[in-house]
Amino acid sequence: MKLARVVETVVSTINAPVFDGRRLLRCDLLDPDGEPAGGYLIAVDTVGAGAGEIVLLLDEGNSARQILGVAQGPVRTLVVGIVDEVALG
Amino acid sequence: MQLARVIGTVVATVKSPGLEGIRLLIVQPLDGHRQPTGSAVVAADAVHMAGPGELVYVVAAREAAQALPEPFVPVDHAVVGIVDAVEPVGGRGRR
Repeated sequence: MKLARVVETVVSTINAPVFDGRRLLRCDLLDPDGEPAGGYLIAVDTVGAGAGEIVLLLDEGNSARQILGVAQGPVRTLVVGIVDEVALG
Repeated sequence: MQLARVIGTVVATVKSPGLEGIRLLIVQPLDGHRQPTGSAVVAADAVHMAGPGELVYVVAAREAAQALPEPFVPVDHAVVGIVDAVEPVGGRGRR
């Protein structure tokens, strides 16, 4: 999984059926210190994450489809957790 | 998934089996500020109506083929949504 910060939402009406009714969040990837690591991912929200929150991203298709309960669909990245704290060392 | 801008179309008459009837688009990946980043790629159009100039989101790797009717086709990028808006996250949406 990856650490990321929720930045904004992506709204679409014309999309693959697996995204119907789902909330898409654009999340900037972070390094373990919480600094931007460069790059971002658009992820399907499964936990109700809010603006600016640090979240856990799952970036693997089979797991993502299993969690969403779909047999087939072009989905790969999910927000699966809201991070309270990261402790290093 | 990444944001991308559709910048062109590709026509290929000779294609791998399973790709017949699949529209191919040239998409330019965008960074968080909607600026071009990296190289443009050819993506399958899974929404059937994306056209040049549109802001879309693109799924890469094996999941791209999952967007198509036949899921075992040689496709590594697919347009899976047309973006209406990219907006600030409104409050806390916890379910």
